[in-house]
Amino acid sequence: MATTHHTNETPTDVASNGTAPTSTVSPETLLDYYRQMVEVRLFEEAATRGFRQGKVGGYLHVYIGQEALARGFLDAFRKGDKTITAYRDHAHVLFQGGDPKATMAELYGKGTGLVKGKGGSMHLFDVENGMWGGYGIVGAHIPLGVGMAYSEAYRETGNIIQLYLGDGAIHNGYFHESANLAGLWGKDGMCPCLFIIENNQYGMGTSVERATANTNLGSKFDSYAIPWEKVDAMDLEAVIAVAHKAVDYVRETGKPYAVEAMTYRLGPHGAADFLEQYRSKDEVREARKRDPIGLLEQRLLDLGVTDEEAMEKIRAHAKELADEAVKFAEESPEPDLSELTTDVYAPETGLI
Amino acid sequence: MAVMTYRDALKSALADEMERDESVVLIGEDIGLYGGTHLITDKLIDRFGKKRVIDTPIAEGGFTGAAIGMAMNGMKPVVEMMTWNFSFLASDQIIQNAAKLRYFSGGQVSVPIVIRGPNGGGVQLSAQHTHSLEGFYGQFPGLKVVAPATPEDVKGMMLTAIRDPDPVIFMEAGALYGTKGEVPEGDATVPFGKARIAREGSDISLISYGRQVNLLLKVADQLAKEQDVQAEVIDLRSIRPFDSETIIESVKKTNRAVVVQEQWRWFSVASEVAAIIQEHAFDYLDAPVERVSGAEVPAPYARNLEIAAFPGVSQVIEAANRALYRKG
Ligand SMILES: Cc1ncc(C[n+]2csc(CCOP(=O)(O)OP(=O)(O)O)c2C)c(N)n1
Ligand SMILES: [Mg+2]
Repeated sequence: MATTHHTNETPTDVASNGTAPTSTVSPETLLDYYRQMVEVRLFEEAATRGFRQGKVGGYLHVYIGQEALARGFLDAFRKGDKTITAYRDHAHVLFQGGDPKATMAELYGKGTGLVKGKGGSMHLFDVENGMWGGYGIVGAHIPLGVGMAYSEAYRETGNIIQLYLGDGAIHNGYFHESANLAGLWGKDGMCPCLFIIENNQYGMGTSVERATANTNLGSKFDSYAIPWEKVDAMDLEAVIAVAHKAVDYVRETGKPYAVEAMTYRLGPHGAADFLEQYRSKDEVREARKRDPIGLLEQRLLDLGVTDEEAMEKIRAHAKELADEAVKFAEESPEPDLSELTTDVYAPETGLI
Repeated sequence: MAVMTYRDALKSALADEMERDESVVLIGEDIGLYGGTHLITDKLIDRFGKKRVIDTPIAEGGFTGAAIGMAMNGMKPVVEMMTWNFSFLASDQIIQNAAKLRYFSGGQVSVPIVIRGPNGGGVQLSAQHTHSLEGFYGQFPGLKVVAPATPEDVKGMMLTAIRDPDPVIFMEAGALYGTKGEVPEGDATVPFGKARIAREGSDISLISYGRQVNLLLKVADQLAKEQDVQAEVIDLRSIRPFDSETIIESVKKTNRAVVVQEQWRWFSVASEVAAIIQEHAFDYLDAPVERVSGAEVPAPYARNLEIAAFPGVSQVIEAANRALYRKG
């Protein structure tokens, strides 16, 4: 359940009109989201295998354990809205409708990749569907999202920006400069930006406790007069409830809002993080009990909208999709060498 | 043609573009109510309002990043760096985001942004407030870097910069804001990637950009008067894209070249120009290409030290004489 912290603004509380937040989403939708979360999970497991086989290069940061977070917030997403996030971006792009084949092909460095094999895992863009990247410098995408939000307000589009950032990024100067600008511009209704902290407890190997004396990360927004709240992001329905409330507030007021979404990175920081000396096996085992996919399975069984057999079918289908994506990626051609020098400058400038 | 200061020419380009295109906004520190540290944006807030002339807190990384976000998302922001010295705080945004976004998004995102401000030294601002960063920014593919020296060019190149679909680093000659020159009326754009022959000559090519162009014109006059040497003065104007052709043609004619810059010599614009000349006009050279650069020290404060730290008439004349094999 969500706890709300107010600074000097009171969000319009659309989720608390007498009904429990869990009723904002139908069991059928929950089942559909379950399917998507399983598909993303198996996609990333397949990508990890590709990495181990040396077919996926560079860095590979998976979202395993955090799926309910991105899926939940996107429930409040509408056409024209935009998301921007860091390098842990596979789930975001896939939930937004990005083609799994083109996404896998990008990881495999193929010409059929989402960004033509020019960015890899950390730079997934699908602008058509509202996914604006995919950035590798911790914190450096935060001001971009704030500026994009200014533009939505300036052009009076009614769209909002969902800006995801890690618990590690909040200690970076960019966060503080950007949150300050967002709060300031929000006073004139010029910053429809929803900040979403993906608090997965770690920035690489540094736990939140080892990174800041104030571990109540949402409270950092108090300094910038941005209202915020915390949500258990292992619970898909809780995320969805908060997402609608937050997104409606941002859209109606043009002001920023923040959610500290509590989650856990069940997988490694990156595919090359196999030692995990910074946390105990017990801790991970314990966290696994609250795997958002497991929790959702239980919920769906309780609701009576599915059974073991139906879920097995979903898993099998997800496996097929992941295999198809891998096959497509493996069979796709490498980027044409002529692509090396395109997209540096706008094509009409004639410069390479 | 109207006679205008460099400052007014620049300002008129900004105002004309804002008038013409509503997606153009200005953003920076003290550009609105205060009028701009160098008065480039003075009173524009009265004319265009605070949504289009955006005063920011002192947060170069944050507001430059936010402006890049605006540019990605349908606007054309012109960012004022109060001076380029403060751009190191924003350089991560400029280099890591603005310059590369088109590429790593596979062409899905454009960043039509202009980042402008005064560059270079000469007014005793000492170590932290004196830099010439054309070479630094010129290094990065994805950026365009220009350094106009005249009122006509500063206006025409700003018009081009704002209409350009890619990020433009616009380095103004801060020391020249008050200088006057003729500026054509109306929409007189000046293209990027075209050097300007500021003075024609046949005996030696003197090459620079920004405020050093005026120094070269002085040197050329002196060479003509005292030694009967006709120097050709080339104003590069655009560092990236770069006009190799004009340089090579000039050197093929004069067979000698001196490249002058305020910035440090190592890994600099002059190094690149010298390399281009030897690659494309080696057989035409009658002497090694000379470089005159800033002293390899942080900029000093005391007037005499500062004068000694930057290229002056005598240093350029000496370099020209070496290239001409003359005693001077
Ligand atoms: C400026 C910068 N410093 C360091 C790194 C290396 N690095 C990559 S991810 C990361 C941890 C970030 O943690 P967090 O923001 O919590 O995101 P998470 O990985 O948990 O999703 C670090 C230190 C980087 N990419 N950028
Ligand atoms: Mg983290």
